[in-house]
Amino acid sequence: MAASIGVIDYGMGNLHSLGKALERVSSASRVVISYDPEELMACDRLVLPGVGGVRECMNELRRLELNQMVVEAARDKPMLGICLGMQVMLEWSDENGGVPALGLFPGKVVRFPDPSPDAHGDRLKVPHMGWNRVVQTRAHLLWDGVPDDAWFYFVHSYHAAPANPEHVLGTADYGHAFAAAIARDNIAAFQFHPEKSQNTGMTLLGNFAQWSP
Amino acid sequence: MLAKRIIPCLDIDRGRVVKGIKFEDVQDAGDPVEVARKYDQQGADELVFLDITASHEARPILFQTVEKVAREIYIPLTVGGGVRTCADVRCLLSAGADKVSINTAAVENPGFVTEAGGRYGVQCIVVAIDAKRVVPKKPPLARKSARVEPPRWEIFTHGGRKATGLDAIEWAVKMVEHGAGELLVTSMDRDGTKAGYDVELLDAISAAVSVPVIASGGVGTLEHLHAGLVAGHADAVLAASIFHHGTYSVGEAKHYLADKGVQIRL
Repeated sequence: MAASIGVIDYGMGNLHSLGKALERVSSASRVVISYDPEELMACDRLVLPGVGGVRECMNELRRLELNQMVVEAARDKPMLGICLGMQVMLEWSDENGGVPALGLFPGKVVRFPDPSPDAHGDRLKVPHMGWNRVVQTRAHLLWDGVPDDAWFYFVHSYHAAPANPEHVLGTADYGHAFAAAIARDNIAAFQFHPEKSQNTGMTLLGNFAQWSP
Repeated sequence: MLAKRIIPCLDIDRGRVVKGIKFEDVQDAGDPVEVARKYDQQGADELVFLDITASHEARPILFQTVEKVAREIYIPLTVGGGVRTCADVRCLLSAGADKVSINTAAVENPGFVTEAGGRYGVQCIVVAIDAKRVVPKKPPLARKSARVEPPRWEIFTHGGRKATGLDAIEWAVKMVEHGAGELLVTSMDRDGTKAGYDVELLDAISAAVSVPVIASGGVGTLEHLHAGLVAGHADAVLAASIFHHGTYSVGEAKHYLADKGVQIRL
């Protein structure tokens, strides 16, 4: 049977472009968009996407009994968190008054400070929305064919602050450097949207589709 | 550092890209997928689709168009025009839009912005602000000593036809409080004139809110894009005719801005 990539659909956000992008970069794999824990557990690798607020995200994951599935699958399956899907992989998020999360990476999720003028008199708006460069702080198979300092599309008001600096794969600069990509063992996560980041994003998703940690 | 965004805007009528001057003399300008692909290849940072179809029955055609474009273009896509209910927002997002733009419905019911933002995330809710300068009443005899009044702008809805009496700056602040993730600010005075953005309007709104501001209305030259980003402190610039008529490509615009020291994704 063909290899399969499961996209965890817990009802938040637009999985259309992500599904299409994965199909495009992994013609050998079947892309399964599902909220059924069993169907997802049967996939070879999983993507945890997400937009919106962290409290509702965690509530929906629990309601659909996907939270335990994600933690269990994270033991050995290649797994990729995107945007809010990355943030819920930390232990805790300050958003929505503070919410415990999945804890796949030690550390927490914090808000960008409120807009203050930078040296040029420009204020850093929140959300951090648009294209920013990602500096690769560590070599990794996922970076294969992706130039250092490449542009990726971001849209978020909170960002991960991983406790273990060795988990950081790449950083972006918005007032200060923050973790834009993290990984350990068989789990990786991006704050930016590879499915909205043109060819560089496609390369990254293609690398994940073939990643065998 | 975050790059300033260059956003071509496409008017969509029953599944086709159209161009015209202020909705008059509308001409067919091609297939949305082809036009979107062209701008994507030229390096557009995002795309905005504005549905100008008057009849509500043509709505499913818009959803199909969005679906077709989202299948092929891997940059963010905003869709606006006639978004009035959470069902509209959901349909557009599930068709493949990344953000939706809300205008008239936000004025009629500001709570709609809160509801849509709460349900789908504020990052996908753009509030479109169509603003027109209010000409201050001059005293019968203009005296040199008279204090110059600061400019004011008023909000218009229904494609710029209906005045609301709302102050544009106050409205912008209120919309962000209600959960707008981004503001698309169009000067009704400048729209279609090629005389440049209303930089004062952009600057005033950008200084008053914490979310990104997209400049719109009046671009005729590359210098206008620069003015919107630098003097107007906009985070993104939207333009239609200079790109559609081939006056400049998106790439030319980006190189021009980068040469002038603006942070741009090349």
